[in-house]
Amino acid sequence: MNSFDFDYYKPDTLEEAFKCFEKLDSEFKTVLYYSGGTEIISMARAESIKFHAVIDLKGIPECNNLELGDQNLVIGSAQTLTSISESNYFPLMSKTVSRIADHTIQGKITIGGNLAGTIIYREASLPLLITSCQARVMTQNGLQEIPFSQIFNGRLQLKKGEFLVQILVDRCDLQLPYIHVKKTKMDKIDYPLMTMAGRKKNGFIQAAVSGLGEFPIILPFDQLNNTSLAVEQRTTQIIAKLSKFIKSDILGSKGYREFVLNNILIQMYANLEEA
Amino acid sequence: MISYSGTCIIELNVNNEMKTVMIQPSFTLLEVLREQLSLTGAKPGCQNGDCGACTVLVDDWPVKSCLMLAAEAVGHRITTIEGLDHAPIQKAFVENWGFQCGYCTSGFLMVCHALSIHYPDADDYVIEQWLQSNLCRCTGYGEIKNAIKSILSQ
Repeated sequence: MNSFDFDYYKPDTLEEAFKCFEKLDSEFKTVLYYSGGTEIISMARAESIKFHAVIDLKGIPECNNLELGDQNLVIGSAQTLTSISESNYFPLMSKTVSRIADHTIQGKITIGGNLAGTIIYREASLPLLITSCQARVMTQNGLQEIPFSQIFNGRLQLKKGEFLVQILVDRCDLQLPYIHVKKTKMDKIDYPLMTMAGRKKNGFIQAAVSGLGEFPIILPFDQLNNTSLAVEQRTTQIIAKLSKFIKSDILGSKGYREFVLNNILIQMYANLEEA
Repeated sequence: MISYSGTCIIELNVNNEMKTVMIQPSFTLLEVLREQLSLTGAKPGCQNGDCGACTVLVDDWPVKSCLMLAAEAVGHRITTIEGLDHAPIQKAFVENWGFQCGYCTSGFLMVCHALSIHYPDADDYVIEQWLQSNLCRCTGYGEIKNAIKSILSQ
């Protein structure tokens, strides 16, 4: 049961959604864009957030797109993790989102919600951080296409009223050799101690990790691909480079996270070096 | 644009019947099913999306009704445990001792029923993946797994 009342709007178009936000904002109302809503409902129940209205984006056709075109895979921000996973157009993304929360909730969480959420893990960002992709964002000036890396820095960095509409992934990046590893502390269904997504393109490995620090991070490219060093030396360098970022909390101490990261990296090299 | 503000009336398709209910936009589907429609089969367990006791089907897919607003359910087909009419999974749970206290059972039945619709040939991996959405503190899950396997193999 939600502990306070709020209004619900479900626009049919991008423009309607943007104008709705502007209008409510001009009335000094706190407004949230709403898609899957799992985090918003949970936090509202716990009174961790308060707002006056939600704008549900699921009625907007562009946000519901999931289409493999000649150049790109288009993923609408209101697509659920289940539909992304089941389509399997982008196996690394499928694998990653199929390990977020549990299977039933994956049918409710949307990729836009996962990227924009306040829960720090935002694991759906991992494949996107290491892939050539663009974000289509609804702004005051209409729909704009922006490199994903420019609008995602730890979490989605959007101006007031803006919202993510689609993600476009280069088609040539969809089927590359990849690895996904998720480590949890106790149960399989849990927030990650650490999740890593890695891939290999043109002989180079790229990888991103969630759960290591306060937000998802790309692992340093030069250290990852320094083939003049043995694997053990490379992992030592990577961990040293990230040392200040690695956190210590109830899920795992900094030392334990370093140990787990080291093991994951060794697993990644074993999987991808011969790919 | 659809908008709901304050107390308003919506129509929900529940178990193939159109039901008129009075809601606040903040009401969850679970609250409306239990408190307005007296469909108490969906259980208010954790009410945080963890336990799965409140699972219903929306357009034949399992949804934790504590994490869905009633307003979101407009235009969709909701099936609760009360809407399962002698589904094979119900008999299978009885025959395989798939429950003890019964609190989680309706949620498990809905997940298993949806699984049998979407993946009639599901393997152990898929079964486990789906069942991990629900918690049972009485059984060891083995009986529940046996129940779903018994109808998938038919």
